[in-house]
Amino acid sequence: MEQFFQQTINGISLGSIYALIALGYTMVYGIIKLINFAHSDVYMLGAYFGYVCMTSFKLGFLPSLLISMVLCTLIGVMIEKIAYKPLRNATRIAVLITAIGVSLFLEYVTMAIAGANVRSYPPQTGILDQSFNIGSINITMQQIIIVSITIILMVLLQFIVKKTRIGKAMRAVSLDSDAAELMGINVNTTISFTFAIGSALAGAAGIMVGIYYNSINPLMGMLPGLKAFVAAVFGGIGIIPGAMIGGYFIGIVEVLVSGYSNSMYRDGVVFAILILVLIIKPAGLLGKNTREKV
Amino acid sequence: MSILSVNKLTKSFGGLMAVSNVSMEINKGELVGLIGPNGAGKTTVFNLLTGIYEPSSGTITLDPNGVNRDIQGLKPHTICKIGLARTFQNIRLFKDLSVIDNVRIAMHKNVKYGLVSSFFHLPSYSKEEALLTKKSIELLKILKLDHKKDELAKNLPYGEQRHLEIARALATNPTLLLLDEPAAGMNPAETSQLTELIGWIRKEFDLTILLIEHDMSLVMKICERIYVLDYGMVIAEGTPEEIKNNKRVIEAYLGEDMNNAGD
Amino acid sequence: MKKLVRSNLAIKLVSLILTFAIIQLLIYFDIINDYLQATLATICINIILAVSLNLITGFTGQFSLGHAGFMSIGAYACALITLRIPTIPGFILGVFAGAVAAALIGGLVGLPTLRLRGDYLAIATLGMSEIIRIVFLNLDNITNGAAGLQDIPQFANWKWLFIYTAGTVLIISNYIRSSHGRACISIREDEIAAEAMGINSTKYKVIAFTIGAFFAGIAGALYATTFNFIDPKIFGFSKSIDVLVIVVLGGLGSISGSIIAAVLLGVVTTYLQSFANIQMILYSVLLIIIMIFRPQGLMGSKEVSLSIFSKLGNSFKSKKGRV
Repeated sequence: MEQFFQQTINGISLGSIYALIALGYTMVYGIIKLINFAHSDVYMLGAYFGYVCMTSFKLGFLPSLLISMVLCTLIGVMIEKIAYKPLRNATRIAVLITAIGVSLFLEYVTMAIAGANVRSYPPQTGILDQSFNIGSINITMQQIIIVSITIILMVLLQFIVKKTRIGKAMRAVSLDSDAAELMGINVNTTISFTFAIGSALAGAAGIMVGIYYNSINPLMGMLPGLKAFVAAVFGGIGIIPGAMIGGYFIGIVEVLVSGYSNSMYRDGVVFAILILVLIIKPAGLLGKNTREKV
Repeated sequence: MSILSVNKLTKSFGGLMAVSNVSMEINKGELVGLIGPNGAGKTTVFNLLTGIYEPSSGTITLDPNGVNRDIQGLKPHTICKIGLARTFQNIRLFKDLSVIDNVRIAMHKNVKYGLVSSFFHLPSYSKEEALLTKKSIELLKILKLDHKKDELAKNLPYGEQRHLEIARALATNPTLLLLDEPAAGMNPAETSQLTELIGWIRKEFDLTILLIEHDMSLVMKICERIYVLDYGMVIAEGTPEEIKNNKRVIEAYLGEDMNNAGD
Repeated sequence: MKKLVRSNLAIKLVSLILTFAIIQLLIYFDIINDYLQATLATICINIILAVSLNLITGFTGQFSLGHAGFMSIGAYACALITLRIPTIPGFILGVFAGAVAAALIGGLVGLPTLRLRGDYLAIATLGMSEIIRIVFLNLDNITNGAAGLQDIPQFANWKWLFIYTAGTVLIISNYIRSSHGRACISIREDEIAAEAMGINSTKYKVIAFTIGAFFAGIAGALYATTFNFIDPKIFGFSKSIDVLVIVVLGGLGSISGSIIAAVLLGVVTTYLQSFANIQMILYSVLLIIIMIFRPQGLMGSKEVSLSIFSKLGNSFKSKKGRV
């Protein structure tokens, strides 16, 4: 039982990371129906920005987090403007291939600059290094910080989406971008803003993974990105609370599977669950099935 | 002898009753109209008949050749094979394919050669494909589309796209043909041409036809019997003359001038 | 009509023989050296993969991101057989068994997942292919796990590769010009209309998926017996993406497009090898630029055919006429 709680706590930490990445996937998909493959590389860049802040500039965790989020925001918006905007009226598969191109570009440019080898984050000191026990369950400060920052960011996101003008515009564009445009909403600005928010969250996830797992490399985004996307689909793509639930669910399942059986099977279980969910409820946990009008 | 009998057909979407308790009988060789104000559930009835939607309750029995078959809940392609074909109100051609391919696809159910023959283009392939092409061109000739057989469907003018919809439905060799607003968007001259065409193909192909139409002149002119749908229910049934003078129908259509329409 | 069919066949045969003869000569005179022969093999395998994925995604309109999974089944089946029967009959049996195994799994996976549409299907096929990879990774005593299978006998020389590639292209292009193939295409165009016209869409989706998987299995088998070594990593998600890139670059629904893209990509990658450190950067930039300026791919959905030459000829004539 204690092992179960320990694993669940580890799973919640990992799930926070997935949830943050999944939010970016789900928002972008909701608004332009694109599986933004480059998103996982924005997360990777977030980890590298944090690394540079902490090693070259000897900044603390919080300033590094903020800088990393800001830089990722800029990169996310740039990607959208340069690579996706010219393809606004092209087929979705063409945009998808472009996204794959951007993803490869970011990975290999990082590789050319920082090298292909794994780098380790500087050891954390002070509060980030502490941990405490409840019974035999060990909880680290890092885990607490990861979960709290994730929750703060999610609350902030909910506030933006539900209460602000731009949030309203985002929801309108994702429902019907043509109608939104006719109602005077600037669709391009709204799309850029969506990329900005998603990328900021991915940047936060990147640096938190850095301090949590210590090692980063230019291809580190691929698998977590894939799983975060699975999380988004699991919860119902385009639905923000769905991505959060999906992220935490995938994180917990993954940690439990590797804790209780062969860790080699954990990704297999994640994908098997995905396929089952899709077959039973194709629109995801919180999604609504839509009917094509005949 | 009835070729289609619909018994207490009901369909609800969530809480909304799109079609409720609709019963209809259509006899072999008849040309029947299905009319009603916008949103009355006419196209939903077509979608139920052709298997695109599954009915919430009720039965649909099709009797193309003396064998009764309940078709509710069957897949659209099975229903098509039993002998029911349709056109779509909002034209759903295979847009990026040629005119002749649109027709050939609809003839697919008659194709006997197998996959192996299609991989290696064996003699059975060549023989049947030649026959298929010949039949398609004949059909296109009837609808005056043969000179455009190699054009892409999306490049046809609107009226010809409607004709191609009919050609494609005929290619499935149906006994009962459902036409969903065949005259929508046509001018009076085109409509009267279409009226003639419908009458002619009905004789030529020995068809039973059920059609949805808003153009009352067309409906009153060619339909032998009419069902009127309102709020998903049949509110009247009878000959054009009876329908024109039916009080409930006039109420349902209040604002639309029924009496002038057919003259 | 009949004449046309026959002349078409003749043109195909002649162009096949010409292609074979030219490349054979180039190999003979060592212009295509051992190093380039590896490129040649990659191109052939990529053609098989791209043309078969094009049947699923380009012609039938079912977005699949799982082609590498089918490829891996063919590769492992063939490798395991040829390792035990290291003879030519063993190789032929291995390729065949790999293809059939992949087709079987393709059909089995297709049945439940092909109800999904668009991106959902893509994600489900991706998940399926990852599961296949993880299974191979964990079947230690059969597949040797992450270390992979080494010393697979090298049977697939250029002649075999050519036969299989030409066979794949011929069979799939024949198929899409048959009534069954048109049934597949009609699903891409409008699934509801296709069903209403008597096309059993589930059946034809599964058929397309099964045929596609069959040839992906062949490609995998040829990969194993060309490069002597396979491990689960080779057949990851990025391999499926690579194939999809070729299909989209060539043009969805164009077989000649897939072939041209596979050849171009093979040549470009070989050329870029001399810039090893920035090779992938150049490749990705190229990809983005092509998609921005030609999102429908090189060929769109058209095929290279004689009519293009005659059109060129006509425009040439008409220009001449004006002068």
